[in-house]
Amino acid sequence: MSKVLVIAEHDGVMLNPSTAKTVACAASINGAIVDIAVFAATAGPIASEAAKLASIARVVTYERSENKHALAAVIAPQIVAVAGEYTHIFGPSTTFGKDLMPRVAALLGVNQISDIMSVESSHIFKRPVYAGSAIATVEAPMDTILVATVRIASYSAVTSNNSALIESGSPSVVDIPTHTRFIEVKSGATDRPDLQTATKVVSGGRALASAENFDIIYKLADKLGAGVGASRAAVDAGYVPNEMQVGQTGKIIAPDLYMAIGISGAIQHLTGIKDAGTIVAINKDEEAPIFEVADIGLVADLFTAIPELTEALD
Amino acid sequence: MDNNDPLPLGARSNEVEKILVGLKRVVDYNVRVRVKSDGSDVETDGVKMSINPFDEIALEEALRIKERGDASEVIVISVGTVDAQQQLRTGLAMGADHAILVESDSSVDPLGLAQTFKSIIDRDGIDLVILGKQAIDDDNSQTAQMLSAIWGRPQATFASKLDIAGNKATVTREVDAGLEVIEIDLPAVISTDLRMNEPRYVKLPDIMKARKKPLELIAMADLGIDQGPEIKSVMFEPPLERERGVMVNDVASLVAVLKEKGLA
Ligand SMILES: Cc1cc2nc3c(=O)[nH]c(=O)nc-3n(C[C@H](O)[C@H](O)[C@H](O)COP(=O)(O)OP(=O)(O)OC[C@H]3O[C@@H](n4cnc5c(N)ncnc54)[C@H](O)[C@@H]3O)c2cc1C
Repeated sequence: MSKVLVIAEHDGVMLNPSTAKTVACAASINGAIVDIAVFAATAGPIASEAAKLASIARVVTYERSENKHALAAVIAPQIVAVAGEYTHIFGPSTTFGKDLMPRVAALLGVNQISDIMSVESSHIFKRPVYAGSAIATVEAPMDTILVATVRIASYSAVTSNNSALIESGSPSVVDIPTHTRFIEVKSGATDRPDLQTATKVVSGGRALASAENFDIIYKLADKLGAGVGASRAAVDAGYVPNEMQVGQTGKIIAPDLYMAIGISGAIQHLTGIKDAGTIVAINKDEEAPIFEVADIGLVADLFTAIPELTEALD
Repeated sequence: MDNNDPLPLGARSNEVEKILVGLKRVVDYNVRVRVKSDGSDVETDGVKMSINPFDEIALEEALRIKERGDASEVIVISVGTVDAQQQLRTGLAMGADHAILVESDSSVDPLGLAQTFKSIIDRDGIDLVILGKQAIDDDNSQTAQMLSAIWGRPQATFASKLDIAGNKATVTREVDAGLEVIEIDLPAVISTDLRMNEPRYVKLPDIMKARKKPLELIAMADLGIDQGPEIKSVMFEPPLERERGVMVNDVASLVAVLKEKGLA
C-alpha cells in the first residue's frame, strides 16, 4: 500500500495553492494514504489550511526557527529524518519543490521523478520531456522510496472540505546546516491574481517593445480580472520582472483563458500553456506559430487592437 | 579542505581556485523533436546537437570569474558518449582550461551524474561547481541539488546573479515569488538560470587553440560509481496536440466569441 508524504509549500503565513494540486496527484495513486508535512517557524494557520484539504489523512507540523525560510539545505535533512514511514514523498514542481526535492532524493540515495503529469500506477508515471515535445512513461523501482515533483498545471486542486488531524511531529534532526542563509526576497507584488492560479491570464511578448507599453496589457488584464504573464523575450528585455515568465523555464500554467499578445509562440513558451482552456492569440503576423495552437486568433496590430478590446469589454 | 590541495582555503591568493562546469550534449533547442514511431525514444539521428543552453551560461559565468582574477582554473566535464567531445572542445574554445569526458554509452540518471561529479571534486579539489538549472532534453532539474546534497555543501539553484567575496557567495535566485537573495559558504554548487549572462561566441582562432588543450577520457566503469536505483523510461509518445481554432476578423468578433464562451 502507498503512503505518500506531501511537503507543503507556504510563505510562512499562507499555504500555497500548489499544495492542494500536489495532494490531488498523490491521492490519484490507488488506495494511497496521504499526509502533509508543514516545515515552518510557526505552522499554525498553514496547518489549519492544509487540514481542510480533501483526501488527506493528517497534517504533521515541524516547527523550528530555522524553518522560517524554505532553504532546501535546511529542510531536506528534516524530511529525510521522517521519510521512513512513507513509500512516496511528493512536492510541487514550483521553484520551491524543484529546489528541495532532488536534495531529499539524493540524501535518500534515490533518483527522482520530475513533473508528474499523470499517475499510471503507484510506480509508473507520465512526465513531459523536451519542453513537452514528448511524453515519457517512467517506472521507478518498487523496493525503494519514491521521491517526485508534481507538474501542478496537470492537476486541479482538491476541495477544502476536510478536517484532518493536525499533529506536531518531533524534530529528530539536531544538525541543521548553517552554510546557507536567507537574505531577502524582492518581488514586484501586485494586487493582480497570482499567475499560477489565475483563471485568466494576459501575456505580452517582445512586441510590446518597452516597459511603459506593457501598460496596455495591465489595463486589459485588470478589465478581465486576469493575472499578467510574459514571454522570455519580454522579461529578458526588462519590460517585466522574471516572476512573470511563462514557459519551459518559467511558469507552467493552466488558466481557463490565456491571451498571448505579441508573442510568436516558440515551443519553449507553448509548453507553459498547453493545459490552458482557451488560448487567444493576437499577432500582426498571420504566419506566427502561436496561431497553430490558438483557439481564437486575431491578426492585428496590438497597439490598436488591445486598447480597442479593453474599451469594448466595458 | 581536501586532500589534493596543498594549501587551506584562506591561505591562497584566490578563495576559489578551481571551478567545475558541467556541459551536456543535447538536441539543439531549435530542433522540433519527434518521437520515434516505435515509441522507444525520441529521434536523435541526424539531428543538430549542441551544448545545453544553461550549461553554456554556467561556463560563461565561470570564465568571467576567472577573468576577474577570482579563480585560476575552469574545468569542463561531460558524461556521455564519445560524441560529447565535440561539446567539450567548444567549451575549451570558449576558454575552459581542461576538459573531462566520462564515457558512458548508457544514459546516466542525475544521481549517477552527481556521484560522478563528486568523484572528480574529490580527485581534483574543486571549490565551486556551476551547472545548468536543467537540461533541455530530460528537463529534470536535479543534478545540482543532488550533487550539493551528497557533497554536504550549499546549493544555490536558478541563479541569475553570483557575487563571490572571500569564502562566501551572494546569489540572486529566480523564484516563483520574484528574486530571492541568499548567502552561502564556499565550496558550493550553483545552478544557472537564463538571465545570468550572455555566453560569448567562439572565434575561429580559439577553436584552433582549443585543440591543444587537454581533454581527458575516463571510462564511467573505472569510477566504480553506484548510480542508485534506476528510473526506467518505458515509453515515449507525442503529446496531445492542441487544434487550430478559429480566426476572427476584428476586435468586435473577438469580444463576441469571448462573451459566448463566458470568458469576458
Ligand atoms: C533554453 C531556452 C529556454 C526558454 N524558455 C522560455 C520560456 O520559459 N518562456 C518563453 O516565453 N520563452 C522561452 N525561451 C525563448 C523562446 O525560444 C523565444 O525566443 C521567446 O518565447 C520569444 O518571445 P516572443 O514571442 O515575445 O518574441 P518574438 O519571437 O520576437 O515574437 C514577437 C511576436 O510579436 C509579433 N509582433 C510584433 N509587433 C507586433 C505588433 N505591433 N502587434 C502584434 N504583434 C506584433 C511578431 O509578429 C512576433 O510573432 C527559451 C529559449 C531557450 C533557448
